[in-house]
Amino acid sequence: MRRPLWILAVLLSHWRRHPMQLATLLIGLISATALWSGVQALNQQARFAYDRAAATFGGARTAVLVGKDSATFPQQLFVDLRRAGWPVSPMLEGRVQIDGRSFRLLGVEPVTLPSEVGNAPAVGRGSLQSFVTPPGEVLVAPETLRDLGLKDGDRPQANGLTLPPLRVQAELAPGALIVDIGIAQDILKLPGQLSRLLVGKSKAPHATLESVAGDKLRLVEPSAESDLERLTDSFHLNLTAFGLLSFFVGLFIVNSAIGLAFEQRLPMLRTLRACGVSARMLNTVLVIELVSLALVAGLIGLVCGYFIAAALLPDVAASLRGLYGAQIPGQLSLKPVWWFAGIAISILGALAAAAASLAKAIRMPVLATAQPQAWQQAQRRWLMLQSVAALAVFAVAAALVQFGDSLIAGFAVLAALMLGAALILPMILQIALALGQRSARAPVGIWFWADSRQQLSGLSLALMALLLALAVNVGVGTMVESFSRTFLVWLDGRLAADVYISAASDQQAKEIKAWLRDRPEVQAILPGGRADTQLGGTPIEVLGLPDHATYRDNWPLLESTANAWIRLRPGDAGLISEQLSRRMKLAIGDHIEVPAPGGSWPLEIVGIYADYGNPKGQIAVNFAALTRHFPQTPLTRIGLRVAPDHIAPLITALQEKFGLDDRNVADQATMKRESKRVFNRTFSVTAALNAFTLGVAGIALLTSLLTLANSRLPQLAPLWAIGLTRRRLAALELLKTMAVALITALFALPLGLLVAWCLLAIVNVKAFGWRLPFHVFPLQLIELLAVAMAAALCAAALPVARLARMQPATLIRTFANER
Amino acid sequence: MLRVTGLTKSYRSAGEDVAVLRGVDLTVATGESVALSGESGSGKSTLLHLIAGLDAADSGEIALAGLLVSGLNDAGRAELRRDRLGLVFQQFNLIPSLTVADNLVFQSRIAGRHDAAWHDELIERLGLKNLLKRYPEQLSGGQQQRVAIGRALAPKPLLLLADEPTGNLDEDTADEVLHLARDLVVRTGCGFLMVTHSARLAATLDRQVTLHAGVVA
Repeated sequence: MRRPLWILAVLLSHWRRHPMQLATLLIGLISATALWSGVQALNQQARFAYDRAAATFGGARTAVLVGKDSATFPQQLFVDLRRAGWPVSPMLEGRVQIDGRSFRLLGVEPVTLPSEVGNAPAVGRGSLQSFVTPPGEVLVAPETLRDLGLKDGDRPQANGLTLPPLRVQAELAPGALIVDIGIAQDILKLPGQLSRLLVGKSKAPHATLESVAGDKLRLVEPSAESDLERLTDSFHLNLTAFGLLSFFVGLFIVNSAIGLAFEQRLPMLRTLRACGVSARMLNTVLVIELVSLALVAGLIGLVCGYFIAAALLPDVAASLRGLYGAQIPGQLSLKPVWWFAGIAISILGALAAAAASLAKAIRMPVLATAQPQAWQQAQRRWLMLQSVAALAVFAVAAALVQFGDSLIAGFAVLAALMLGAALILPMILQIALALGQRSARAPVGIWFWADSRQQLSGLSLALMALLLALAVNVGVGTMVESFSRTFLVWLDGRLAADVYISAASDQQAKEIKAWLRDRPEVQAILPGGRADTQLGGTPIEVLGLPDHATYRDNWPLLESTANAWIRLRPGDAGLISEQLSRRMKLAIGDHIEVPAPGGSWPLEIVGIYADYGNPKGQIAVNFAALTRHFPQTPLTRIGLRVAPDHIAPLITALQEKFGLDDRNVADQATMKRESKRVFNRTFSVTAALNAFTLGVAGIALLTSLLTLANSRLPQLAPLWAIGLTRRRLAALELLKTMAVALITALFALPLGLLVAWCLLAIVNVKAFGWRLPFHVFPLQLIELLAVAMAAALCAAALPVARLARMQPATLIRTFANER
Repeated sequence: MLRVTGLTKSYRSAGEDVAVLRGVDLTVATGESVALSGESGSGKSTLLHLIAGLDAADSGEIALAGLLVSGLNDAGRAELRRDRLGLVFQQFNLIPSLTVADNLVFQSRIAGRHDAAWHDELIERLGLKNLLKRYPEQLSGGQQQRVAIGRALAPKPLLLLADEPTGNLDEDTADEVLHLARDLVVRTGCGFLMVTHSARLAATLDRQVTLHAGVVA
């Protein structure tokens, strides 16, 4: 037992003498673990929130019966099914406005709620009596109560009625109000109507659905994922991809540190073998050493990951809310599995990064063989192999672009592009440097290029990391800028009214409209409304637009038939959003049947419009037609056309007259400002991860240069001996680093643009359902090029400064210490 | 104690087999010191490496105190080096990250045969008392080789093998180091086989064996 400890002590003594190398190794492992586990913490937190939401709604994880042709159906069907032995529980869902803000109202019947529906027992246990008997209770999440600025027991107004007292229940998802089904039917003005029936898992025999309900209901089987999980898959995949990229960039650092440590420890390992340490024992102890270091780094990385996740969580929550309407709590709560997984990933990452060195150690002969001078030949063979592999990977990417038709295929194209580019980078650098060498005439110039080529094998991993980080930065930056430009143009069209009002109730909306009609500065009153329904089992929104030039002139139509707006008037035609068109493969001229309370509503599609940022599919119809088919639609939204000079006084007058605050009435500029703020916040996580990745790549370059610096002395000392000053040598070294970094950065630019194209044309289309135009932003590219060169300069500065200040004695020792 | 019989070894170089040892016979008795000399490429170092179990012979036998070295696998050869042999190289091969003190005890510790009194005597005789806290890079060549000899003899091996131990040292230092090595070999009673180019140093040992073209001349 003491023998392995002695050997371990000897191996560890290397790090004591080379603390910088140890720091490099630990920094690599810590960065890799921190970024990976940080992203995983965010994903875990979001999934935890989706579980809460799924549990609250009894959503996709529970089988449900829904109306075949209409959004609601008679309650009698529930009674009939229960009598026939079906373990069903009724639910009514709709939206209510409290203080001008929209909330999801869910009416449930706690006695029959299936036990597998997450919060049913909690409702039952809480106080069944007070929940079901008048005045009843409204169960809300603590976050909802906070948002409303109310306290437990308060009774707010909704849809013109006073709600039962609010009661906090911690397990509930934010944004939902849970009431007894009878109360929901009163509030939503849908007496005797239900939205769906939750089906429990009872195995008791019961009559067939058709024999009880005829063709009025349709069974929707449960799926493994909730709606939110399905919708947000792409976002989490994106986060995971970033985490993975950062993880690999971190492992590049580990690989270079371990590789160098192994090279430096070769004589030590041979001595150990010569002193009688068997190959098996040596390798076992090497693995123990590595695992111990990975354990320490993993723990530190996890703590850093926790802080990264905590810092990014508000932005991630904002992104998920902005993109998908998902509510994520602002506090991080992590499960033990996260900690174990983080440690495991650190150890596995370290072992993977050290695999080549460990394999070398296993095969290492005890006797040092003469070092072949044919390094260039060996390197050339390796480069050829890498290049062939790169071409194969590019071919796979091309095949995926041609034949792939899924989000995974889109990400696979991106991964293949990056991998192929990383593999071919050394060959590109080799060719560029060889061309430089061929054009050089002066002896120092020839040495400069030749030495740069020789240095490539030690630097190539760090340069690959730099290439990937830059390409991702260019790609994501271009995508975000393209999106931003398109979004702003779209926003101008979409927010065409000058003032937006959200009344507290339909009654107040009526009073406001009456008051506005007497105001001469109001050029037009544009009522709006929105109803929720489903199409093909997927939730959609139906948007009512008034027949007015404001929409005809500005609404962002991507394609349409002639006179599309005029064809909306009779109420038998609609415009659909781009994502609904892509998701359901609907085109202009197609006919759809929209389930409405009064029965199925047939519509012909006469146009497709952009609807960025909306997770749901949307149909825009004539406002009057919407209120005919969805009579319960809240009529609280009003847009106004007002002469610019009168906007501010009108808003003030509205606020004074009707007690509205800034949330209920806003001008166009404010709405746009808010939308831009939400947009920018949506991409702030991406920007942060971009910066992290670039930072880690910079560290990778720095650590590679630092670790190479010592082994470079035998190459530099002879030049110093024949008359090149240390300062000149340092300048040449700096120039070399900058030259290879510049070639890498120049290669990263077209690669990044290709990545952007993939994101815009493949990934976004599959993930969100919209395709954005591709723009190139030269200034952004120049900026990133400058950042890359600055990163290279910073990375090279320390080793170069050391060389410039190096004592002659150190250089002389190089000649004496050759082993 | 050491018996080498009919040992052959060849290497492949530039696509051709080059026979380095062509049937070497050699013995070293307990307490005997033998100098192995010969011109460059005669196979001296190869023979030493085969005896040390650092490499495997093509044919022939090596027996050390009754143990057939040529029949051992990698783990067995490692055990042989650890428990029965002491090795000293021209390049010293000290562990650069360990202090002199740690380098000295290293082999005896992993062999599980650390003898504190013998350890102190080694430090005294090798004149390392004031150098114990230094690292190898802070020592002169002669000092490094003295540490290497101390490390090799610390577990009291049966046979000390030295490959050009004075090759990197000046004449005075070489004489001093070899003198110390011989004294300690006598003190431990182990065998001593030293590869050397120097006829002058070879003459100071009990017996000289010369290799020529892969056989004992």
